[in-house]
Amino acid sequence: MIEARGLTKFYGDFPAIEDVSFAAEPGEVIGFLGPNGAGKTTTMRIITGFTPPTAGTAVVAGHDVQEEPLDARASIGYLPETVPLYTDMTVREYLHYMGELRGMNKSRIRARVEDVFGLCRLEEYTDSLVSKLSKGYRQRVGIAQAILHEPPVLVLDEPTIGIDPRQVVETRQIIRGLGGDHTVILSTHILPEVSMVCDRVLIIHEGRIVVMDTAERLSARLGGVSRVVMDVRGPREQIQQALSRVDGVTEVTLSDAGGRQQFVVECAPSRDIRVELARAVADQGWGLVELRAMGLSLEEIFLRLTTEDEETAA
Amino acid sequence: MNVRTIRTIWLRELHSYVNSPNAWVIAAIFLGLTGLSFALSVTGRYPEATIRGFLFGPIGPIGAFFLTILIAPALTMRLLAEEQKLGTMELLLTAPVRDIEIVFGKYLAALTILTGMYALTLYFPILLFFFGSPDVIPLITGYFVLFLVGAVAIAVGMLGSALTANQIVAAIFSLAILLVLWLFNATAALGDPDHAWTDVVTFLAMNEHVRDMAFGVFDTRDIIYFLSLVVFFLFLTVRAVETRRWR
Repeated sequence: MIEARGLTKFYGDFPAIEDVSFAAEPGEVIGFLGPNGAGKTTTMRIITGFTPPTAGTAVVAGHDVQEEPLDARASIGYLPETVPLYTDMTVREYLHYMGELRGMNKSRIRARVEDVFGLCRLEEYTDSLVSKLSKGYRQRVGIAQAILHEPPVLVLDEPTIGIDPRQVVETRQIIRGLGGDHTVILSTHILPEVSMVCDRVLIIHEGRIVVMDTAERLSARLGGVSRVVMDVRGPREQIQQALSRVDGVTEVTLSDAGGRQQFVVECAPSRDIRVELARAVADQGWGLVELRAMGLSLEEIFLRLTTEDEETAA
Repeated sequence: MNVRTIRTIWLRELHSYVNSPNAWVIAAIFLGLTGLSFALSVTGRYPEATIRGFLFGPIGPIGAFFLTILIAPALTMRLLAEEQKLGTMELLLTAPVRDIEIVFGKYLAALTILTGMYALTLYFPILLFFFGSPDVIPLITGYFVLFLVGAVAIAVGMLGSALTANQIVAAIFSLAILLVLWLFNATAALGDPDHAWTDVVTFLAMNEHVRDMAFGVFDTRDIIYFLSLVVFFLFLTVRAVETRRWR
């Protein structure tokens, strides 16, 4: 449904993305994950035909974005990062206008506008001015215009950014419900969002695809405890040595935070050794005040994935 | 080009004009000042049954031609600049719509509003018929050339609006171009009258091309001149919209 081949985009000498290739099957929800400035928006702008690539091609629903721009764009519903709304229109007027721009006929627009009011839970605000809506509702209007013409492909750039937690949950449900009928690409920098909403994850870092995998396999790959923080009362050096001797521990560092003795234990990924660590402390009769596993932050995942790739390459 | 798409954008912009105070204020100023010009020209010491006072202005340059140059940038500054500011440009440029259709739709909307303002001055010639016996031809050609000046002014305004997301910058840019286009020939007076450039500069100035038609002489060269300017500036506008994709 979507096929990107070797997409590259330079802004001056700066490469925003380099050699980005991927394919999405019909009905799939693909998540673009990456920190700000990684190239998610640039990739989406190329797929939607807003920005031409410096090199490479994107084919959407069988139409090359550059060669047949109108056919390609007609197959896409797009929610840009800043939700594009005409503030002087009511929600209904806005949706009608978007429908007409996409060449839908009057009766189909009327029927679909009612449909998307329901889908995006906008019933109460159909005749409110867009400028009066809260951020969360504006986001919904943005999604409503994207799905209005029932496009086979949906491109959603940061659909849950800047809205309150309850609305985030609802928006995710809406998007999850769209998969199946639509091929969805969405971008986010929130890690759990990807596993909640997406079938496959594509991690972009510094303009390149670092990893492309299913959400389950990715979390399995990165799963398991990899860092444990322990607050232990007792003799420092002995504790440190005892912890280091536990099988699977790679490094133990000591940090005195607020007068407490905290040991940060690094261990091999995909092995849970918390029980062994606790036993090592308890056997010696030291006081174990706290033991807590620390998840990997997004940055650390990138670090791990990028170094992992370099290792396998070498 | 898809006529339906152009019509959609045209209607949307008309709706937007009618529902904002901007166009109404501009219309009020235009009608007030041209009304004054017309009144002075038909009530002075040498009253004449023409609309030339309305077109050129009896005092200074405050006639319909010059006022068009002043108000056109104010009418057009919003059209493309605001889309860029709101981010809706991204939506328009990713809709199955050609860049030229966007430009045409918006151009026609602004020109429709300006033509509407011109239409509201038609009571001047009606008054002339009521109180005198004016020549019909100069009335027709006079309004026609006024429409052509308006068509150029809106096209220039479109270019200004396409180049920036800031409406004020857009208006000032368009106004500067229009003033140069209108008053270009004034520079000719400063130079050597036999020099070739004097002819070029004189030929390029708009107010050289309004005179004949304002007096009732229909000249296709003048019409081609105005239409060329419209095409030229709209072409640049389409190009400017295209470059939005690179930025």
